[in-house]
Formats: sequence, C-alpha cells, structure tokens
Amino acid sequence: MDAVIENLPLYLQGFRTTLELTLISAAIALVWGTVLGAFRVSPVAPLRWLGTAYVELVRNTPLTLVFIFFVFVAPQLGITVDFFVSAVCALSVYTAAFVCEAVRSGVNSVGVGQAEAARAVGLTFTQTLQAIVLPQALRSVIPPLINIFIALTKNSSVAGGFFVAELFGVGKQLAPANPSDVVAVLVGVAAFYLAITIPAGLLAGQVERRVAFAR
Amino acid sequence: MSSVLYDAPGPRARRRELLLSAVAGVILLAVLFVMYRQLDSREQWAAERWQVFTEPPLSQNAADVWRSLLVTGLVATLRAAAVAAVIAAVVGVVLAFARMARPGWIRVPVIAVIEFFRGLPVVLLMFFGVIALGLPLFWGVVFGLVLYNGAIIAEILRAGIVSLPKGQTEAAYAIGLSRTQTLFTILLPQAVRRMLPSLVSQLVVLNKDTSLGFIIGYAELLRRLQLNTQFFGQRYWFQFFVVGAAIYIAVNFTLSRLAVWLERRGSAKAAGGIPHAEDVEVQAAAPTETATGL
Repeated sequence: MDAVIENLPLYLQGFRTTLELTLISAAIALVWGTVLGAFRVSPVAPLRWLGTAYVELVRNTPLTLVFIFFVFVAPQLGITVDFFVSAVCALSVYTAAFVCEAVRSGVNSVGVGQAEAARAVGLTFTQTLQAIVLPQALRSVIPPLINIFIALTKNSSVAGGFFVAELFGVGKQLAPANPSDVVAVLVGVAAFYLAITIPAGLLAGQVERRVAFAR
Repeated sequence: MSSVLYDAPGPRARRRELLLSAVAGVILLAVLFVMYRQLDSREQWAAERWQVFTEPPLSQNAADVWRSLLVTGLVATLRAAAVAAVIAAVVGVVLAFARMARPGWIRVPVIAVIEFFRGLPVVLLMFFGVIALGLPLFWGVVFGLVLYNGAIIAEILRAGIVSLPKGQTEAAYAIGLSRTQTLFTILLPQAVRRMLPSLVSQLVVLNKDTSLGFIIGYAELLRRLQLNTQFFGQRYWFQFFVVGAAIYIAVNFTLSRLAVWLERRGSAKAAGGIPHAEDVEVQAAAPTETATGL
C-alpha cells in the first residue's frame, strides 16, 4: 500500500496522460470516423469502397500492430515523431473504423419512410438531412459511441507498452520496482481505469434507456 | 443502391454521380500514387528488400524465416487464442448462470466481478497474471484473455437468454424440469444459437487481443516480426509489417466472414419457420455489443 501512496504523484501524472491520450484520440477519431461513415453512405462509389476497405482492414488488424506501424515502421519510412504523437495516431486510426460503423448503422437505422415523407413534403436534400435524418440518427449513434470511447480508454493502455508513460506504463514501471507491493500497485492502476470506465458504462446505459423510443 | 438519404437517381442525378465518382476516383488514385512514390523514394519496393522472404541474407534460408513467422509465431498466437477461448466459454457460462441466480448474495457479487473485468484493459490483466501471480508468459496471456472475455461472453449469453420468449421457461417448468435443467437443456442451447454471430465476433476480438502478449513479452506473431527485424536489420520493418498484417487480416477476415454467414443463416431460419417477436430486438441489441469490439 505504501508504494501506492508514495507514488501517488506518478499515478496522477499517468492518469493525466491517459486522459489526454483518450480525449485527443477520441476527438480525431470522431471527426475521421464520421467522414468515413459519410463516405460509406454516400452515392459516390469510390468513396464507398474507400470506407469499406478502411473498415475491413483496420477492424481485422490488432491495435498492437497499428502501434507497431506508427512506432517502428514509420521511422523507416522517414516519419519520426514523438511517442505520444505516435500513440495518438494509432489510437485514432484504429478507433475511427469503429466510429465509422456506428455512424453508418445510425444513419441506416432511420426508417426509409422518414426521408421519403420529407421529400414528399418538398424538403430539399440538405433540409431532409438536417431536420429529419440526422437528429434521429444521432439518437441511435450516441450509445454505441460511448461504448467505443470506453473501449478507447482501455485501449490507450497499449500505449504504455510503446514508451508512453500513461497509467499502464506507470504500473509497468512501478510493479517490478516494488516486488512486495505488486498487487497493491496494480490494483491502484486498475482503480484509476475503473474510475473512468464504470461511470461511463452507467452513463451509456442511462442514455440508451432514454434514447430508446418507439419507432 | 437504395438508401435512406436519396431516391433512385434520375438521369441528371446519375450524370452527377458519375462525374463525382470519376473525380473521387482520380483523387483516390492520386493519393495512392503519392503513397507509392513516398515508399519508393525510401526504396521500400526494391526487390532486395522483399528477398528477405525468398533468399534472405546472413546465410539464412527462406524456410527459416517463414517457419519463425508461421510455425513459431502464428501457432503461438492461435494456441493462446484457442486455449483462452475454450476456458473463457466455460467461465462465461458459469458467470452467466450465477448472474441470473435468484439469491442476491450470489448475483450481486457476480455482477460486480463482471463489471470489474469488463472495465479493465486486457493488457493490465495479463501483466497482473505474469508479475503478481507469477504465471508463465503463455498462461499470463491466457489469464488476461479469459477474465475479460469470460465477462463479455457471460453478458452476451445473458442477453440471449433474456431475449427468449417466456413460454420456453414456463413450458420447461410445466413439464417438471428444475431451474438448472431448464437453463442447461432449454435456454442455453437456444441462447447460444441466437447469439452465435456475437460470439464469433468476440472470438475475432479475442484473437486480436492475443497480440497484447507482445507487450508483456510473449513470443507470438508480432514478437516474431520484431525479432526478425532485429536479426536482419530495422530497414526490413516495412516488409515484415506488411506480411504480419496480411497474416492477421487473413485469419480474422475468415472468422468475420464466418460470423456474417452464421448471422445470415440464423436470420434465414428465423424467417422461414420459428417466428419470434423478440428477434428484432435481439438484432438491434447485438450489434451494439459487438460493434465496439475492443
């Protein structure tokens, strides 16, 4: 237990890094994933192919391999960046594929009749999208998105294996240094993760219940 | 292509789509070309770089390289995944059963355990197994995978059981089956069938997660890639990365297709004979569970 209390500043530092990693990657993944999702429902065939290819490739690749690309392979291709930046790239690239799928199924979950009715009353494409389709799609997209960001929080731990001193990295460094306190050290790390994931999970459940409406 | 967003296109819309497609196609090809040139300028396409897989330098032969990747590496990955999948399935069934037990003193702690393991990174669990419990690396990897996936499988099975019509349980009780018998002979088989697509998707996630063993030092496929680049030189990283990614994608893609096929087969069957009012609900709930996929 002493090891945890003594190293509390280190934990907090790691927690901060985890939060930074998660939030920055989440923002980038949200934008890039939404763009890809738009590609996948667009009438332009090459864009649809791009979206599909991206999702299929990235979803079947382990996150660790994506990290390997940005940390070990990229320097061979003449791209050298900070480890933190590599981690953000890897997490965003990986998470975007899942965001894309959530967005796509959200848009597809809106009943065809909704858009048809909108066109029948004479709304333009933009109006249909803004007033009818997107508000409904958004409702069904939010719960899976929260789950994706919970997964992202946990996934950010992979960065700890690639030279970023986030929560798992801190645990990985402290555990061998305090052989008698290994369990306490790692439970401390776990507590910080749970402090994010459990409340977020409850939030997701709540939102899901609230958003679920008769369709 | 029919979609919520637009009607079947008329002649003008079709012309516009064609034009946009052409423009997008050209831009896409241009981007790919720039990437190709960038790689070319670093001599990544040079035959010599790829000969590491056919006539490797440093007096190795091709068979050694492939053996280290496919036999030692891929087999280590698949072995960990297979062992973990079997144990996780058993753990999942036990947890699902305990999660639905009537006495609160069983149910509540089990809910806590499931939520606990679901909320933790798998790599942390693996690391705990190795460094705190002193497990060998292989079992450390399996330990982490089992705890996490066991909790997820329990939730999938529970969702499947909850989605079954009440009449199933009632009929089982009516013919005198006990609660345990009802669960194992009536509810579980139906739930497994219903949730098969989600379960297979979870298998893909589990297979991908074996790669986390790389971080704790288990000598699986990715570690083999790294060892090869350490032996032949860092400049071969791109080539080994491409081959490693291809292997992983091939394995997981096959599993994913299996999930899609099972889903089609399942829904075709439901449409054909056994109508369930809840089917719609299950299908709406299942993707959210799995789409997250780690």
